[in-house]
Amino acid sequence: MSTSIQNISLSGRKKEVSNKEMTFMESLYLVAIVKGLMITIKHFFRKKVTIHYPEQTREMSPVYRGRHMLKRDEQGRENCTACGLCALSCPAEAITMKAAERKKGEEHLYREEKYAEIYEINMLRCIFCGLCEEACPKDAIYLTVSKELVPANYDREDFIFGKDKLVMPLEMAIANSKSVN
Amino acid sequence: MKVTIDGQSIEVEPGTTILQAARMIGGELVPPAMCYYSKLKGSGGKCRCCLVEVSKGSDADPRPMPKLVASCVTGCMDGMEVNSKSSERVEEARKSVTEFLLINHPLDCPVCDQAGECDLQNLSFEHGKSKTRFIEEKRTFEPEDIGPYIQLHMNRCILCQRCVQVADQLTDNRVHGVMDRGDHANISTCISKAIDNEFSGNMIDVCPVGALTDKTFRFKSRVWFNKPYNAHRDCDKCCGKTTVWMFGNEIQRVTGRKDEYHEVEEFICNTCRFDKKDVNDWVIEGPRKFEKDSVINQNNYTRKIEKVVIETEEHILEGREQDRKKISMPDFPLDSNPKRV
Repeated sequence: MSTSIQNISLSGRKKEVSNKEMTFMESLYLVAIVKGLMITIKHFFRKKVTIHYPEQTREMSPVYRGRHMLKRDEQGRENCTACGLCALSCPAEAITMKAAERKKGEEHLYREEKYAEIYEINMLRCIFCGLCEEACPKDAIYLTVSKELVPANYDREDFIFGKDKLVMPLEMAIANSKSVN
Repeated sequence: MKVTIDGQSIEVEPGTTILQAARMIGGELVPPAMCYYSKLKGSGGKCRCCLVEVSKGSDADPRPMPKLVASCVTGCMDGMEVNSKSSERVEEARKSVTEFLLINHPLDCPVCDQAGECDLQNLSFEHGKSKTRFIEEKRTFEPEDIGPYIQLHMNRCILCQRCVQVADQLTDNRVHGVMDRGDHANISTCISKAIDNEFSGNMIDVCPVGALTDKTFRFKSRVWFNKPYNAHRDCDKCCGKTTVWMFGNEIQRVTGRKDEYHEVEEFICNTCRFDKKDVNDWVIEGPRKFEKDSVINQNNYTRKIEKVVIETEEHILEGREQDRKKISMPDFPLDSNPKRV
């Protein structure tokens, strides 16, 4: 054959196969069994790769991205102003929102003139990439370090999280403002 | 008359301004303009965004102009040579002008309805710094109600006075203008008179920032979530040619058709703009095209996609030919091919 592509081992792993007869010692398989057992026994003394999950937990990565939370500021007002940049940046198109105008007397609830009346994240679509957090100009949306991403459920509708599940609880905002002072 | 802008020459009529000549050439060398509006007489010369460097005055007097000139109000001369984008001085000047314009402009793009189609946003994206050096307090005004259709945000105004010219030239009795002077200058309807003229809505279209916005569209949606379509209807007051901004089957906003410099092609009346929000009122012609980088094109997949051709090496298919020989059965009786060796 000429020096064509058939003769070259592209992967470097090409081996010629031979049909050699085994010797007597080899045909007893004793050496081979001991060799195999050595590998097995060696693994007994290795560090375990599994953990007892509910009792033990693994350390989270510093860039872990859990479930979203819409932040309140130190006065308990919602940061989100429904600018739509999170929905625009979302590659999975999981976020929808509807804006509304802040009325008189609601200044303690919302920080800006405009706020999100409806804010929904479809958790079945969300891929937890964190681009919404990156796009937010108002520091409003954050991916928390929550251990549980989305609780299991039966209906698809239950996975569309509205503001009731996303907005930071008031108690947490109060606790945050206390820890700052 | 022959003018050369950034090395590109064009023949123009006498009386053409440098900005108009640049727009005839088109492309990157067109100076940005915040106050100049080709459809409004006497506009321009206020914002200083369109500054250019004249390196050769004319054939008769080839001396360069000592200072940068505002291209929207400077006429072309025969043999004039202009540097726009290519000049470092111009770039520096535009950066400074942008910084000046942003001094009193509030940082409320997330709230503003103009965001996404705002000239000042585009200008600062291209020429602005991401940091501010301004530590003093920004100028603020008391919110003022100027009628049921138009929302005035005086804080966002950059005093380009386009809207005043609309009121002057399109509407019969002008009810709004610039009050006070200097830092206190503000656009106002004199004695808070509501603007009820039939063409007053065009102020929204000419406003380069979010100072005048559509009250019927207020906070309804962001412009990039809407799908813009060209549409028309029979209107006895105006041409009836508009862009409708749809969300699903709902018309959320009607505007004039804006060209690449964000100037409307034709002014439209208030009935078309504010009252006809039903799909049945309009004959929809087709999607409106926007410049490539516009945020309005987000999630818009109408662009033509070219077919991908994978150029494989000849050798990759070599093995397959071998296999084909093995698989094909030369002895099979129905095979019409001659027997292979």
